[in-house]
Amino acid sequence: MTIKFTEEHEWLNIEDGIATVGITAHAAEQLGDLVFVELPDVGATFEKNDDAATVESVKAASDVFCPLAGEITEVNQAITDNPELVNAEPMEGGWFFKLKLANPADADALMDEAAYKEFIA
Amino acid sequence: MVSQEPLNKTPLHALHLELGARMVPFAGYDMPVQYPMGVLKEHLHTREKAGLFDVSHMGQVYLKPRSGNLADAAIALEKLVPVDIAGLKPGRQRYAFFTNDNGGILDDLMVANRGDHLLVIVNAACKDADLAHMKAYLSDLCDVEVHFEDKALLALQGPKAEDVLAPLCPAVADMKFMDVRACEVLGATCVISRSGYTGEDGFEISVPAEKADELARALLSHADCEPIGLGARDSLRLEAGLCLYGNDIDETTTPVEAALVWGMQKARRPGGAREGGFPGAEIVFKHLSGGVERVRVGLKAKGRAPVRPPAKLYADDKGETDIGRVTSGGFGPTVGVPVAMGYVVSSHAETGTTLYAEVRGKYLPVTIENTPLSNPPINAEREHYCHDHQIYRRTRMAEH
Repeated sequence: MTIKFTEEHEWLNIEDGIATVGITAHAAEQLGDLVFVELPDVGATFEKNDDAATVESVKAASDVFCPLAGEITEVNQAITDNPELVNAEPMEGGWFFKLKLANPADADALMDEAAYKEFIA
Repeated sequence: MVSQEPLNKTPLHALHLELGARMVPFAGYDMPVQYPMGVLKEHLHTREKAGLFDVSHMGQVYLKPRSGNLADAAIALEKLVPVDIAGLKPGRQRYAFFTNDNGGILDDLMVANRGDHLLVIVNAACKDADLAHMKAYLSDLCDVEVHFEDKALLALQGPKAEDVLAPLCPAVADMKFMDVRACEVLGATCVISRSGYTGEDGFEISVPAEKADELARALLSHADCEPIGLGARDSLRLEAGLCLYGNDIDETTTPVEAALVWGMQKARRPGGAREGGFPGAEIVFKHLSGGVERVRVGLKAKGRAPVRPPAKLYADDKGETDIGRVTSGGFGPTVGVPVAMGYVVSSHAETGTTLYAEVRGKYLPVTIENTPLSNPPINAEREHYCHDHQIYRRTRMAEH
């Protein structure tokens, strides 16, 4: 199990070539209280940095990018029913989707936690 | 718009930073968009208790009649607004709007009769243009006195607003909606109106700039009062069905298209004692008698996705018949669903009509609703605000 981070403030928890993807606590705080989440369809395939999901706070809409190329295998219905879960538990219950990585080795180029902390400092 | 000019600061700027506000540029000012509580909770807190807003970026102007007779200033101002100013009694305030030669709206404003002068409060983004406009048309009869720098403006809004303010100024308990009076607060003379921009009961307090910080801290020391940013100010006014100048009304929208006919009193309408005589009167009257092609309406979404400007509105769910545009929109924390405002063709403007808003390639159903969108009123005080709108609805029914 490895946790990686992107410059677009997503986290990936990678296990056996499947990445659980969410937005970081820093991103959730910057967005403010979320009121709407739109998730991709299971089975959809994305290239790196394609728009995969949409989140809306009271103020504005933002896109969530697909951090690496792959196929959506599962989405977290709990956050569409209850968007505030993303603010409450961004790194746990507030995950967005699971992604079967097209090239698991691509994850090596992403930041680890220490590098991400430095990135947002 | 990229500006190299440094942002202006209100007298409460240091307090905002101390309170942990997230600051954004707004109309040339560095303003708090939210505090650590967050937009959602700030909105709900204002509806439940009391919220304090810094609106010092707005422009305060005194119109002082040269003759010493206030009626002269009132009649002069009526040249610029389709509103009954001469009939505004001392100690009372009224909503108004400047029109242009096409009947479009240059800005919306509040006008108060302060006995020996009129107090005019205009939007921050328009205040320099408004000032030039008033100076150009009113200077022959009035001294146009600018108070952009020396007066701050605080809005205290919510059902507990009176409880928060009365310990500092007991006289406010006797004030009715749209009353205006000068009061001593913490040893300074303030001009207080019972009004606001949230759909709640509340007050707007014009305070000498040097006293603003002390007054804000005193109000915030009350357990029920929290600082509220521009983010919640926008969602509160949207739920209340109140227009934001530049979004919902502008130089291309007449008061009739903007559904602001309730703001044009009988005296200024056709057949009234002082009918017309404001810029664009001919066009506005034509809209009044002949109807308009499009009209501003309130909207509620049926799903959860917020519908934001400039989303297109369609009569059908396939995006074939384009009938309008969203001008303001977002999530309504009190109603719990997305709310919006927009302009639609008059043939599709009946309350209850279902339209479809284009959001990210989908056509989402929205329903035309009466404003305020946060019906039923959350508290009895809300009726103060609804009063003007009910007059408008009755007027419309009488006309049809």
